[in-house]
Amino acid sequence: MVNVQQALEQKRMTEVRQETPRQPTQGAVAEPASPTAVGIDDLSLWYGHKRALTNVSLSFGERKVSALIGPSGCGKSTLLRSINRMNDLIAGVRIEGRVNYHGINIYDRSVDPVEVRRRIGMVFQKPNPFPKTIYENVAFGAKVNGFKGNMDELVESCLRRAALWDEVKDEYKKKSGLALSGGQQQRLCIARALANQPDVILMDEPCSALDPIATLKIEDLMRELVKDYTIIIVTHNMQQAARVSDYTAFMLTDEHITGQLIEYGPTEELFTTPKDKRTEDYISGRFG
Amino acid sequence: MTSLQTSAEKPISLKAEGGVARRQAFSRMSTYILAAATMLGLLVLAFLAYDIIKLGGGRLSLDFLTSYLQRRADDSGIRAPLLGTIWIVGFVVVMSVPVGVATAIWMEEFAPKNRLLWLVRVNIGNLAGVPGIVYGILGLAIFVRGPFGFGQTIIAASLTLSLMILPMIVIASSEALRQVPPSIRDGSLALGATRWQTVWNHTLPGAIPGIMTGTILAVSRAAGEAAVLILVGAAGIILRDPSGINDRFTILPVQIYSWTVRPGDQFKPEAAAAIIVLMVIVLTLNAIAIVIRNKFRRD
Amino acid sequence: MALATQRADDLERKLQKRLVKHPGELVIFAFLTICASITLLTTAVIGLTLIVEAEPFFEHVSLREFLFTTNWQALQAPEAFGIWELVAGTGNVVLWSMVFALPVGLMAAIYLSEYARPRARRILKPLLEVLAGVPTVVYAFFALTFITQDVLRPLLGADNVSFQNSLGASIVMAVMIIPTIASVSEDAMSNVPRELREGAYGLGSTRLEVAFRVVFPAALPGIIASVILAISRVIGETMIVAVAAGSTPNLTLFPLESIQTMTGFMLQVATGDVARGTTQYESLFAVGLSLFVLTFILNFVAQLIVQKYTEKYD
Repeated sequence: MVNVQQALEQKRMTEVRQETPRQPTQGAVAEPASPTAVGIDDLSLWYGHKRALTNVSLSFGERKVSALIGPSGCGKSTLLRSINRMNDLIAGVRIEGRVNYHGINIYDRSVDPVEVRRRIGMVFQKPNPFPKTIYENVAFGAKVNGFKGNMDELVESCLRRAALWDEVKDEYKKKSGLALSGGQQQRLCIARALANQPDVILMDEPCSALDPIATLKIEDLMRELVKDYTIIIVTHNMQQAARVSDYTAFMLTDEHITGQLIEYGPTEELFTTPKDKRTEDYISGRFG
Repeated sequence: MTSLQTSAEKPISLKAEGGVARRQAFSRMSTYILAAATMLGLLVLAFLAYDIIKLGGGRLSLDFLTSYLQRRADDSGIRAPLLGTIWIVGFVVVMSVPVGVATAIWMEEFAPKNRLLWLVRVNIGNLAGVPGIVYGILGLAIFVRGPFGFGQTIIAASLTLSLMILPMIVIASSEALRQVPPSIRDGSLALGATRWQTVWNHTLPGAIPGIMTGTILAVSRAAGEAAVLILVGAAGIILRDPSGINDRFTILPVQIYSWTVRPGDQFKPEAAAAIIVLMVIVLTLNAIAIVIRNKFRRD
Repeated sequence: MALATQRADDLERKLQKRLVKHPGELVIFAFLTICASITLLTTAVIGLTLIVEAEPFFEHVSLREFLFTTNWQALQAPEAFGIWELVAGTGNVVLWSMVFALPVGLMAAIYLSEYARPRARRILKPLLEVLAGVPTVVYAFFALTFITQDVLRPLLGADNVSFQNSLGASIVMAVMIIPTIASVSEDAMSNVPRELREGAYGLGSTRLEVAFRVVFPAALPGIIASVILAISRVIGETMIVAVAAGSTPNLTLFPLESIQTMTGFMLQVATGDVARGTTQYESLFAVGLSLFVLTFILNFVAQLIVQKYTEKYD
């Protein structure tokens, strides 16, 4: 099993490299070459009195896969969840700084979190389809958001984009989302997010509950989706970051500062020639 | 579908507008409506308390607690039903608590995990839902007449009520036992203690607060029960203190019932005053149970 | 292989010795088992007693008359024993108490589970549960003297509302079972995995939409169980209906008339001077048997739903 996994990973890595040659941007620390989709500006966050993020600034490029990596407790998930204001749901959260999206600070008083989450989709660690049919799962977001067009068409196109259509087309109006396999459930959750017609998709360790083959499918899908969408992914798996992302941010919590950004740059650069000693230690497995 | 790619230059708004504004307004409104629904029951309780105190508060006095029933409403008291309640609740505790806790210990710590355990569990769940009046019939047929033939006595009433609250005590106790972390059990067993030594020295002490909470709530149910005791023969008029388990009896809820259904209004203040006494007893028991539960939870 | 078997045998023998070394352990086990069997015995004795005591009733009254005629007149001539008037009385109270308790109880459950802060829930939930702990005879008094006299009659006109009526009883009954519905449903909703809520919020749902479109449907089995439990409590409740709903068997679901429920009739027989051995007295057990069967089935179904449901998320 382990050997299969390694072989798959190796194969995948070479494939990705060949498919998407990229231009490493020399010297860029927090600015990717492409236009910015989401810009984080001096963001700090506290859960009650506990600080979780410290003065994080970086920009996520449009139509790129950006990965957030780092040991557990480094704040990568917290950062991801502050991009669509999911942290608002936790009592006692306090936020300073800005998250800019289309030139608007999403933490501005006038901004409605529902509007933000509708445009910035999210896929979670554990596949979480609703206990409803596949069709209803995909249609859910569109329905609550008052979608007026042809629902059947929308559901089909989203299932196609999420590479799930061929597997479910015969029974997707009857079968429960919970009856799918783990990997299929996660692709259903991606289809569900697509139905809201977002331009940014956040993924919080989307493959951590999946087997290697299902993981491979999701990774293929990400490379496909990034042609149209901006994807930001949190992963604890460095190989995964290397395989799928264009840019990688390394975060760390040390004894002095919690949730800080250490280094950010084109993935290949960060993994081959890290500028910070701590990044190098992490990717070579010396801690974390 | 391609139109959904908004570029960064195209201006967008993240303000709640149109549909979203309406949905958010509904959502905010729902907070108040749902909160009001939650408070509604409490409001009725407050209204009930106010009305009953207004009607019966004036009748409360030491005389009311220590006099027997009289022909004149103003001279009447609740001495006999109050003592009856104390006697019967006392016997119920003595009989139902050991059996209930033992049953829970058997279920959680000793029973083989098989169909029999499932049957016992489901059966106890069902018994907890059997109407009180059915227990009353059982008591009438088994304890008052029939095999035991105690007659309409304190012991027959106590046995009947004990059977009624037994399932509640078992359910609360087994929940409390289940919440004791298995590590405590395993630690003791690994040191070579027998099962019973483990239960007695480690598991049971950890479950005591939960057991007490459940037991007190069950006992307060028994203290407020009327229908069952009418079936097993609570007397309408008792003019002396109980002296033994074979005496006839009356209790507060039954006294309240008989004053309530009496034609005319002259005994209504007496009923209300007796309700105040009963509520003080029941609410005190409830409050003790809640305090124990909260204290236990914090630890 | 043979060596391993022998070792296992040795071990078993040692273990058996250990049990013998602690005879007290066996005595305790026996005692606990006896206690546990009391609950099974109780059910058996309830069933047996009801059947044995109801049997003479069915010698005088045919099962056909009991189940398939609608007139109940047990305590005066000419006697008639068609249980449907009593069942209708019970149904009447179930219907009207549910009309009030269902929306209020479910709204309270949603508020406690999805809206209230943890601190508020810690205070509100036990307060609400006090409502379930109020002795039913107190509710009975309240229904008769206040709800009917001071609320219903002035509001709907004294001529339209009987002195004893189903509505007054149903209203206080609703107050009594609101905590059952709220508490059990709240447990079911709190058990809905957090991930489902996050998924719905992540798709741009408001709190209201998350509560009603995701959490509520996902918790539906538990909610149904809470409602069944509540119905079973209403069916079994005696004092409130005996005092406030009346003692007139009446084949109606109209809420402003005097009616009689199954439990109400049983209490009437028990408080009246009906002689042992008469058909009237025996009818107490026939009605009791019907009541027992009805509530037993309801509780059993509710328990199966709850069991199946808790397994799903474990």
